Parts: sequence; structure tokens; C-alpha cells
Amino acid sequence: MLEVTELWPPIRLTLELAAITTVLLLLLGTPIAWWLARSTARWKEVVAAVVALPLVLPPTVLGFYLLIALGPDGPGGWIAGLFGGRSLAFTFEGLVIGSVFYSMPFVVQPIRNAFEAFGDRPLEVAATLRAAPWDSFWTVAVPLARPGFVTGAVLGFAHTVGEFGVVLMIGGNIPGETKVLSVAIFEHVETLRWAEAHILAGGLLVFAFAVILTMMLLQRRMARLEP
Amino acid sequence: MTDGAATIDAKFAGTLGSFSLDLAFEAPMRGITALFGPSGCGKTTVLRCMAGLNRLPGRLSVGGEAWQDDAQGMFRKPHQRPIGYVFQEASLFPHLSVRRNLFYGSRRAERNGGRGVLASQDVIDLLGIGHLLDRAPTALSGGERQRVAVGRALLSQPRLLLMDEPLSGLDRMTKEEILPYLEALHNSLSIPIIYVSHDIGEVARLADRVILLSAGRRVADGPVTDILERLDLQPATGRFEAGVVLTARVVEQDAAYSLTRLDHHGQSIALPFVDIGVGEEVRLRIRARDVSLATRKPEGISIRNVLSGTIVEIVEEPRTAFAEALVDIGGGRLRARLTREAVSDLGLEVGMPVFALIKSISFDRRSLSAVATDID
Repeated sequence: MLEVTELWPPIRLTLELAAITTVLLLLLGTPIAWWLARSTARWKEVVAAVVALPLVLPPTVLGFYLLIALGPDGPGGWIAGLFGGRSLAFTFEGLVIGSVFYSMPFVVQPIRNAFEAFGDRPLEVAATLRAAPWDSFWTVAVPLARPGFVTGAVLGFAHTVGEFGVVLMIGGNIPGETKVLSVAIFEHVETLRWAEAHILAGGLLVFAFAVILTMMLLQRRMARLEP
Repeated sequence: MTDGAATIDAKFAGTLGSFSLDLAFEAPMRGITALFGPSGCGKTTVLRCMAGLNRLPGRLSVGGEAWQDDAQGMFRKPHQRPIGYVFQEASLFPHLSVRRNLFYGSRRAERNGGRGVLASQDVIDLLGIGHLLDRAPTALSGGERQRVAVGRALLSQPRLLLMDEPLSGLDRMTKEEILPYLEALHNSLSIPIIYVSHDIGEVARLADRVILLSAGRRVADGPVTDILERLDLQPATGRFEAGVVLTARVVEQDAAYSLTRLDHHGQSIALPFVDIGVGEEVRLRIRARDVSLATRKPEGISIRNVLSGTIVEIVEEPRTAFAEALVDIGGGRLRARLTREAVSDLGLEVGMPVFALIKSISFDRRSLSAVATDID
């Protein structure tokens, strides 16, 4: 029998995970992207490579190391200990941490590109107009990099929604805690509940298409507004 | 120029990438001082060092206030210096309207207690940008954009205005559209301007003093008239455009023949009509190649301008056909570009009285500037 009420919890959990991850990634990714775009340090490309690693690393490998790090003997276990827990593995918090690593390149790269695209000149102009670095960052750099922020946020969100391998390794399949959409689809298929799998998979397909289309339209509009 | 409060005192020495600079100069706290030289001579680097955008070892004080002094380990960041900087490209913020671009600097200057010497409405009127305020920078022409950039720099209440080839990115028509605004700026502002340019025509029209640079070193420095008269600086000032600047007064607008007549220390110069009021003082640039010399006063000749003078210097250029003569015409001096053969045939020599001939049609609007001369 088709149980529609069963479909909702994984959707809500996934949206929560993706929203929290995206906000965290914007907060963490922006300074990293700024540093990668502006620094003249020679080893910055090493940092850039580390950030980009999840693009090519098999999710299971990333998930394996995250599992160890989040487990009772890793730093994750130590943090969990502060709050009376044993481990961050197989928790929603652990999933957020894993997603931040996993989706990092999708947020950092567009923002870095946007910061690099406008060059030094606008910031120099702002400095000659008495704007201190922090001031010019907010009033010039961020507005000029807006297309990069939009792209980064959309990609980061969408990519987190579609995450599977890492979730399976570090989150498992706990309803209401770590059972996100992709895992739910997998489970429905395993238990031969095709109708539920169809609804969720179809929904994700429409979602992914809408995301890509919206982004392309946005980019075209923003490109027209540029000088 | 020993009074520190009245001068800009700069000294920079060091290397930036593969480029080396070693320069010290003083400039007055008024008028336009041009940093002039060929591309790659380091003039933009000097300007950027003055703004604090680049840092080379040295010192800089402006009107008695130290902005950089490496002996004391002192360096003010660009945003802590009361400067206005006009870049080669207008570089308006594309995400802000013209109005918000204009007031970006002034709001911050006021917050830091900057004295509002320049009323914003005056600046907007002076530059003729009042009708553009609500537009986006992308909707402006190149000339309008550069005028807004100048206005934005001025509204930040600078004590020193730095301009880095503000006209070089513009076509000739647009340049001609902007130059009168810059002339007006010069005449009505009390802020000193350091003006970087590689165009001798611009320098002759606008600058009071010139610092001539070559390969990161100072070649010459002085009032614009003196520098332009010096025959030995030709490789730096350029051959084709070499010439002098005279100060003259408009004495008559001849409507019948559409001529403007000027008086230069009792000698008359006629040129095609230029819209400047009778009695006003103007600067006139006369190129050496437009001046011919005669040993007797010619008669039956179409050339309108015959000025009497005395040769004060002749420089022959070995292995070329050319020579240049400097002629004192009582007040100012003219440069004349001749052939060496003519010098020999006419027996031209220093101290000889001659007549300098200039065709009126060799002048155009670009030869003339309404900038009052402000030269010691």
C-alpha cells in the first residue's frame, strides 16, 4: 500500500539538511573563497586542491574517513562527549558536517571565480574613496560577486539534496535523524515499493531540472546587467 | 619651495617586479603638476605610490603632513589618505547609480571628519553631470563616465587629486569634450593636482609644472613653458609634437573673417575663431614644425602671423636634415623646426634678429586652452 504520510519525513529532513549546510557553507566558504582569490601565497593552490577533492574522490572514501573522524575515537566523538554523547556518526549533526565537506567545492569555486572576475580595480577605487577593507568588502566585493553567491548557494543546496554515498557511510538510515531522500529511495527500491520510489525519484528529477533552469535564466539576466 | 606646508615632497626608490624607480621631487600645493614621459617610464607607479596603492621605500609628505616615511616605519594605507584618484578607465561601480557612485567617497570622508571644502552641487555643475544622477553607469558614454569619475574623486574632499592618464582611454572627440571641464577645474579649484600623461598636447594645455620622467628617473622639472622650450629634451618630449606654450590675451573677435586675434607682449597673433571672451588670457601651443623663419620681413605673403624676435639657441641634429632654433619674441619664446641647409643658407646664428612665420590655420581648438597660467 502507498503510504503518503511516510514520504514526508525524509523530504523535510533533506530540506533541513540542505538549508543548514548551505548557510554554513556560505559562512565558511566566503572567507576561503576570498583568500583563494586574493592571496599571493604560493601554497594556496594546495588549499584549493583540498577544497576541490570531493569533486573526484569517491563518496564512499570520503564517507569512510568522515566515519572515523566522527566516531568515538575521532574529534567528532570528542565534541559529542562535550554534549554527553558518544559519537557524531549516525546523527543529524554528523550528516551536516559531512555535507559541508562534500558540497564545499560547489560553493567555494563559483564565489572564488566571482571574486577573481572583477580584479583589484574596484577595491582600489574603494580604498581611494576612504573605504576601509571591511567596508569595501561589504559594499563593493559582495555586491559585485552576487552572481557567484547565487550560483554557489544553489549548487551547494542542490548537491546536498542529492548526496547518497557519504550519507550511507556516516548516517545510515535512521528515520527522522539520518534517513534523507536518496537513502529513502534506495530503501523503497530494495523493499520493492516502486510507487513510493517513483514519487520521490520523479520529484527529485523535477527539482533538479527546475534548479538548473532557474540558474541558467538568472545567469543570463545578471550577464545582461553587467557592463 | 622650502615651506613644507605649501609643498608636496616625495621620494621613492626601489624596484617593483622588474621595474626600478629612483625619483625625488617637490611640487607646489596648487595648480597642476604633470608627470610626463613615455609609456613604461614609471609615472603611473609614482602616482600609485603617492596614493599608497603600491609601496616603494621612500617618503611622502603633502602640505606638511607625512603620509609615508620609511625612516620612521610610517605608512598610511590608501583609505587613510585624503586623496582623490582618477584612474585611466572611469572604473565606476557598476552596481551603484551615478548618484551613489558620486557620494560613495563623500559619505565616508564626512564620517571621518573630512572638511567639506567642495560643495557637491558646485562639483556636479562644474562637470555638467547633474542630468545623469539617476542613471546606471552602463548607460553613460565614455566621456560622461570619466566626468562622473572625476566628480566622485572630488567629492571625497581630497587634499590632493591624482589623475592617471584620465583621457588616454578615450577617442579624440571625447577627449575634446572633456578637456574644457578639466580646464575649468584647474581655474576654479584650490586642490593641487598631479596629472600623469604621455600626451604633450594635454600637458601643454593643462599643466603649470612638468616633471619629465624617463626609465624611472627624473630628466627635468620646471614650469611647463621652460620645459617645452628646452631643445635638449626633445627625445623625451617627442619630435612631432614638440613646441612651446605662450600666454596671450584675446583682444578682438573678428566676425567678418571669423578670426580671433590675440596679443602677446605687443605682437599680434591671429587664429581661426575660438569662443573665448575678449580680455581673457589663454594658453597657445605652437608646434615647432609650424614655425618658419625669415631674415627680412616678408611682403606679399599669405601667412598672417609674422612675429619679430631674436635667435637665442640653435641645435643641429647630426646625420639628419633637421635643426631647431629657439627664438625670443619678447616675453615668450618660439621653437622653429628647420632644415640644416636653411640654417646654413640664411646664415642663421645666435643673436640674429629674425621674423617667425606661423600660418593661422596651423592652430585649432586643441592649440588653445583657457587655463590661466599659474607659473612662478
